[in-house]
Amino acid sequence: MTAPILSVKDLSVTFDVRQQGAWPWTPARKLHAVNKVNFDLKPGECLGVVGESGSGKSTLARAIVGTVPTSGGQILVDGRDLASMSPEERRVHRRDVQMVFQDPLAALNPRMTVGEIIAEPLITHEPNTPRAEVKKRVSELMERVGLLPNLINRYPHEFSGGQCQRIGIARALILRPKLLICDEPVSALDVSVQAQVVNLLMELQRDFGLSMIFIAHDLSVVKHISDEIVVMYLGTVMEQANARTLTTKPSHPYSQALISAVPIPDPVLERARPRAVIEGELPSPLNPPSGCVFRTRCPKAQASCAGDRPALLDLGNDHTVACPFHEEVDVLAAAV
Amino acid sequence: MYPDKAKMESLVEATELAEVRGRSLWSDARARFIRNKAAVGGLIILILILAFSLFGQVFQAWSNEAIDWKLVGRVTQIGGPSFENGHYFGADDLGRDLYARVVQGTGISIMVGVVGSLVAVIVGTLYGATAGYFGGRLDNIMMRTVDVLMSIPFMFVLILMLVIWGRSITMLFVGIGLISWLDMARIVRGQTLSIKNKEFVETAVAIGVRPFTIILRHIVPNLLGIVVVYATLLIPGLIMAESFISFLGLGVQEPMTSLGALIQGGSKQMLYGAWWQIAFPLFFFLATLFAFTFVGDGLRDALDPKDR
Repeated sequence: MTAPILSVKDLSVTFDVRQQGAWPWTPARKLHAVNKVNFDLKPGECLGVVGESGSGKSTLARAIVGTVPTSGGQILVDGRDLASMSPEERRVHRRDVQMVFQDPLAALNPRMTVGEIIAEPLITHEPNTPRAEVKKRVSELMERVGLLPNLINRYPHEFSGGQCQRIGIARALILRPKLLICDEPVSALDVSVQAQVVNLLMELQRDFGLSMIFIAHDLSVVKHISDEIVVMYLGTVMEQANARTLTTKPSHPYSQALISAVPIPDPVLERARPRAVIEGELPSPLNPPSGCVFRTRCPKAQASCAGDRPALLDLGNDHTVACPFHEEVDVLAAAV
Repeated sequence: MYPDKAKMESLVEATELAEVRGRSLWSDARARFIRNKAAVGGLIILILILAFSLFGQVFQAWSNEAIDWKLVGRVTQIGGPSFENGHYFGADDLGRDLYARVVQGTGISIMVGVVGSLVAVIVGTLYGATAGYFGGRLDNIMMRTVDVLMSIPFMFVLILMLVIWGRSITMLFVGIGLISWLDMARIVRGQTLSIKNKEFVETAVAIGVRPFTIILRHIVPNLLGIVVVYATLLIPGLIMAESFISFLGLGVQEPMTSLGALIQGGSKQMLYGAWWQIAFPLFFFLATLFAFTFVGDGLRDALDPKDR
């Protein structure tokens, strides 16, 4: 049993929401974006996080990277609690945790050349690197992520979305971080480019020995790349299991619904398979349902669901689920 | 017909190895600016006026302080523009050469505008970007200070300053410098608020870039377009302000002069038929203002193509 590289314990992130025109002394309403999330990430593994929009996936990523303040719980990277570090220690520590963003173009400064963008982490954390060395490392890395090194003086707006995402990946990897967090890195790309970028990430993960958190709302992409998958809904973890178990034998009604929503590229199978359709909208995180947050849309909801928050039940084999009425459903393996 | 193999290989090599120079947003903007005829015309006029104020004294026959005693007392009759006696623009009511004085006045007026605008760019940009980026309480304190300074009637204070500490060009610079950055700080803060929520700024934070480096490297370059435009449009405003002060007789003092002081002198003599005393300074005044305004409009269109 190796020590986890990242371990998140009871992590909560809340935002204060002030109403327009409210008095300064009226207390702000609390928005629980992430609510008591727990997981561990082993070195060299990839953890997938799935959930629909507004489920707190991106906030979780931002809390780990440290661009959003946490309001409770701990984030331990290599056994060190991020919250206990001084700001300067924290700044230096950021080199070990890098992030790839959702919108590839927006994450690149339009006034900087690609070379400057990729070199930025390097010149920030190793300011004494000679220029020739910086350029050499940037060129090598550009080649590694599939960009021609002679494009080093180009500007981001001259690249396609897939190329921009490669630039973002190169920037995240130039310092050889231990942990890479990908916040929906492929959802802004079209399908053929998605495959290229996901395969590139997998290759890089293998070659650099990276640990990764891969966030997406597309289960089939997450299954392809992850060892372990966490399903989130409204800031809370619904189910966690290894990728194979979760995609073939999900236990939580929400996971089942998510998986049945993945289309099968075969019209006959697609028409024949049973569907667990959930209706309605995601409830407001300002005013979440009591007890189980999913109960308002859950097909198996019962009166007792409104009571206490369901505890995570251990089903063995590192499989946990937050539903007392869980049952294994064999979904079509072809779905994902 | 096959192309020469050696040549083809060298071509392949050249395209593979040569670093491609990217087209930056700045070079795109330059191309758009050059296509705008009014702006380019304004720029040419501006360069000519600048050259006139810098090198005009090479051609002057009289110094700006020397009095032509032959004309004294009869300026309105024989003091008009003439190449024979060397007064190309005529003489002023004291018999001094108006050409030399217009050269000097244009220079000083432009200098007031440019210096004031530079102060606005440097102070206003850093102040506004800092307030906007850090936000919260610091932002509140900084921007309320600007509000307070703005609510003070600037012309009144400037006149008081000139009266209390003496009428000098330094005091004029100080006074104009003190107020010119306020608007700039507000504009820059507003822009910063929208830029700081962009993902590339968040990326920089995640990388671990220091806050002031983020401001200088990521925020300022992205709002420089609007700063340049506003600075260019600020110059004519400052020239106007200086001229107004000088017109009141409080600004630039003799033997120095500015376009405003010259126009004031000319307006008194207009009734007696000495039209040249107001016509030449006024011409340069208007030409400068128009040129700056056209260049500023051109820059805005070039740097902010979305706004049209």
